[in-house]
Amino acid sequence: MALNQREVPLVLRRRVGVALGLGLLGFIGLIARLWNLQVIQGEEMRLSSEKNRIRLHRVQATRGTVVDRYGRVLIDSRPSFDAVVVPEDSPSLDGLVENLAHYLNGSAAELQAQLKAASRTPYQGVSIKRDLSYDDVVAIETHQIDLPGVNLQITPRRSYPRGSQLAHLLGYVGEASQADLDGDETYHRGDLVGKTGLERRFEHYLRGIDGGQQVEVDSVGRKLSILREVEEVPGNTVKLTIDLDLQDAAAEALGDRDGSVVALDPNTGEILAFVNSPSYDPNIFARGVRTNEWKALLADHHKPLNNRAIQGQYPPGSTFKFIVATAALEEGIINPFTHINCSGGLNFGNHYFRCWKKGGHGSMNVHEALVQSCDTFFYQLATRIGIDTIAKYARKFGLGDPTGIDLEHEKGGLIPDTAWKRKRFKQSWVTGETLSASIGQGYVTATPLQMANAVAMMSVGKRFRPHFVLRVESPDGDIIHEEKPEEMESLEHLRPTTLMQVRDGMHDVVATERGTGKKARVRGVEVAGKTGTSQVVKIGKERLKANKLPWQHRDHAWFVGYAPFEAPEIAVAVIVEHADGGGGAVAAPLTKEILDRYFALKHERENKSYAQN
Amino acid sequence: MLRIDRRLLAHFDWPLLLLAIAVIMCGLATILSASHSTEALVGRALIQQTVWAGLGLIALLAACSFDYHWLDRYAYWIYAATLVLLIAVFVFGAWGGGARRWLRFGPISIQPSEFAKLALVVSLSSLLQRYAGEGSLSLRAVLLAALLALPPAALILRQPDLGTALVVAMTTGAVLLVAGLRLRWVAYAALIVLPVLPYGWQHLKPYQQKRVLMFVNPSADPLGAGYHIIQSKIAIGSGMLHGKGYLNGTQNRLNFLPEQHTDFIFSVFAEEWGFIGACMLLALYVALLLRCFVAVSRARDSFGVLLAFGLTAMIFGQVLVNIAMAAGALPVVGVTLPFFSKGGSSLLVCMTAIGLLMNISMRRFTF
Repeated sequence: MALNQREVPLVLRRRVGVALGLGLLGFIGLIARLWNLQVIQGEEMRLSSEKNRIRLHRVQATRGTVVDRYGRVLIDSRPSFDAVVVPEDSPSLDGLVENLAHYLNGSAAELQAQLKAASRTPYQGVSIKRDLSYDDVVAIETHQIDLPGVNLQITPRRSYPRGSQLAHLLGYVGEASQADLDGDETYHRGDLVGKTGLERRFEHYLRGIDGGQQVEVDSVGRKLSILREVEEVPGNTVKLTIDLDLQDAAAEALGDRDGSVVALDPNTGEILAFVNSPSYDPNIFARGVRTNEWKALLADHHKPLNNRAIQGQYPPGSTFKFIVATAALEEGIINPFTHINCSGGLNFGNHYFRCWKKGGHGSMNVHEALVQSCDTFFYQLATRIGIDTIAKYARKFGLGDPTGIDLEHEKGGLIPDTAWKRKRFKQSWVTGETLSASIGQGYVTATPLQMANAVAMMSVGKRFRPHFVLRVESPDGDIIHEEKPEEMESLEHLRPTTLMQVRDGMHDVVATERGTGKKARVRGVEVAGKTGTSQVVKIGKERLKANKLPWQHRDHAWFVGYAPFEAPEIAVAVIVEHADGGGGAVAAPLTKEILDRYFALKHERENKSYAQN
Repeated sequence: MLRIDRRLLAHFDWPLLLLAIAVIMCGLATILSASHSTEALVGRALIQQTVWAGLGLIALLAACSFDYHWLDRYAYWIYAATLVLLIAVFVFGAWGGGARRWLRFGPISIQPSEFAKLALVVSLSSLLQRYAGEGSLSLRAVLLAALLALPPAALILRQPDLGTALVVAMTTGAVLLVAGLRLRWVAYAALIVLPVLPYGWQHLKPYQQKRVLMFVNPSADPLGAGYHIIQSKIAIGSGMLHGKGYLNGTQNRLNFLPEQHTDFIFSVFAEEWGFIGACMLLALYVALLLRCFVAVSRARDSFGVLLAFGLTAMIFGQVLVNIAMAAGALPVVGVTLPFFSKGGSSLLVCMTAIGLLMNISMRRFTF
């Protein structure tokens, strides 16, 4: 039976034994390796496996809406679809990009470049096309098989249905900047955040709380199941003090002229209308502003990005006189019966200060000087009153400092005094400069909002911080934040007769035929106010008619006023830049239109509420 | 010929059989888990493997039913037959995954390279029994052995199947060393081979080059060639001490693991059963290994010793390489885990090898 049988040599058995030993050593090595992987690095490896399978799909909360005081929508969010690509989930990126370009009618090279340009962490999606059209959404949905790694992401898009109306106050949103991301770690790349205006200042009320999904995905990124879902909490609704009807009326009255209108409630500081002209359409920022659009906005000579109401610092001209008059009366430098003769100007030092009326006004008291806006009266007055006294009262009325409105980059205008002159020019004040200041020229500047607030203070004797937010309501309708009137300064300690005398003068500016502001007269309501025509270039020998001057050298037309005279409820400041006429001719009738609309609306609303009751 | 001697039955190596079956059962359970995710494969992979295990059991019984010395007599015929099969693959073989490794007979396909390993061990043992034991092997014996190993190794490498070719080389080396190959010659060979290595490197397929490079530094290209190594290590490591639980391996279920039925099946097991489970599986393999060496020690002649050792070396060489590769301790080469990986030919060959070992173990008293 046995073939070739030989005794097994001992040496062979020994070698087999060595081999067994080596084999066992191999197994010990494997156990050591497994110990290292599963026990020592186990925690880390477990985390890696979780990271493999779990993706976070963040859902940015829908931003809150902004409405006017009667609930009409000023800013809204609508859902939009973005195409998001996760390159790691695509087996062939080139093929994917080609397919995507085909379905979206785009260029593959452009998409490729976009993917390359995006800085991101692995497995983070890149928004390749935002705000897809309905056709694009359908194309992506139906061709999912050709588009591995492409997801549709719903993101709320900001829309400003009123276009350029209120643009400077509302502001706009844009993608979070590096500074935004560094400042708040709950922001993510690509998030929309408020960049300017109300959108920025009320960001924390508007943004809401982001939601998200923990999604289990397989090795090619297919969504298998939702492990956990956190609902987003939409942002709050911000209700403004703005009355959109009045806003529209004011914008319409100003038309395409450069300028600004601010209307507010003198009893509370609530801003009712806030017009800047020209303006811009914030919707172009919401969808991502294009370079050429941005350049055009910057290059425009009419400066549409400029928020004139709070940043435009204009010489207030004759509108400043009601403040100087108040100062002079209160300080006892004049009394209502102090008469000064106006012969068309005043020689002071080696300079002749002209009154706007070449032939002169004749004998003037303070009342008539206000009504007819006599410059000579105020020049004379300036020789007796110090600049520091004028400055003291101007500051009381809120000039020279920002009003404190909840908007960024507000300017404070300038109220000069001796200390300022010394600091700024290292020179002492010259009385001649007080003469210019007394008619709101020279160094004196103010913003339209400051002037509106100043005339509001004149009307009620108190000054409030101007504000434009009535309250913030949660999505459930709870009031989260309410802005109460915030008193800044009062004229209570002034003699009542001082205010009465100045107010009477302002009343007759509008009410009398001599009054420079008679064109602001409104049927059935007593209006008080003051006109102003402020020079842009130094007054020459003779005032030229506006139509004989180059546009940029023409005067600014001002009107500040309030109504009704006895129980003021609206204060208005209007400025028309480089107008084709003075304050009385241009700004006063403009104010009339706004006040007309205000009282008509008031009447309408009262009737409606009567009818409802 | 198939007379069953009662004396033989009394020496039937039950522990060896039961240990092998135990590993196979673990393998079946893991294949179920590995095919759990892709619904089309539920059942199919498992049924196929079960059928192959049944066939394997028949092959095992057949392999111990005759006197193993018959193999000695017909060794070169068997060798020639498998060589023909390998050439047939080269000519008629079915393509799959860029390689030509299978012969298709209707519904079943076999992998002749698996059988070639077996045939080579038989013929090497037959050749070397004459030379073994006389101190060290003569140059003639080594050259003859190399002549036997080269044709199948070359044919398998051409398929290409680097993994199986390496197993062939490894097994040949192990048998030669045990038979008495002088270590000094190995050193000489290395001196000759090392300078040629760069040339050989250029002849590797780009994917094979990548695998070797990725073994050196897998994180260099985490989404490319290093992906498999990293995902396999994550799978094993994330099992931690206790495992994620049977059928709960996320790396496996969500297809992060490559070739989870075959080459990376150990990762599936380790992810679900953790360090403790993996150690128990290794313990099972060690028990099987020891039992195989019992069979080696029971062999009464040099042919028996060499054959039994060769078969053991073939099986456990693969076990060590496969697990080391899954754990990222060796480059990724396509080597299956014996008794565990899905694959009919591999299972059939392993069970035949166990049958032969039992054959040798059983016939220790028959002279």
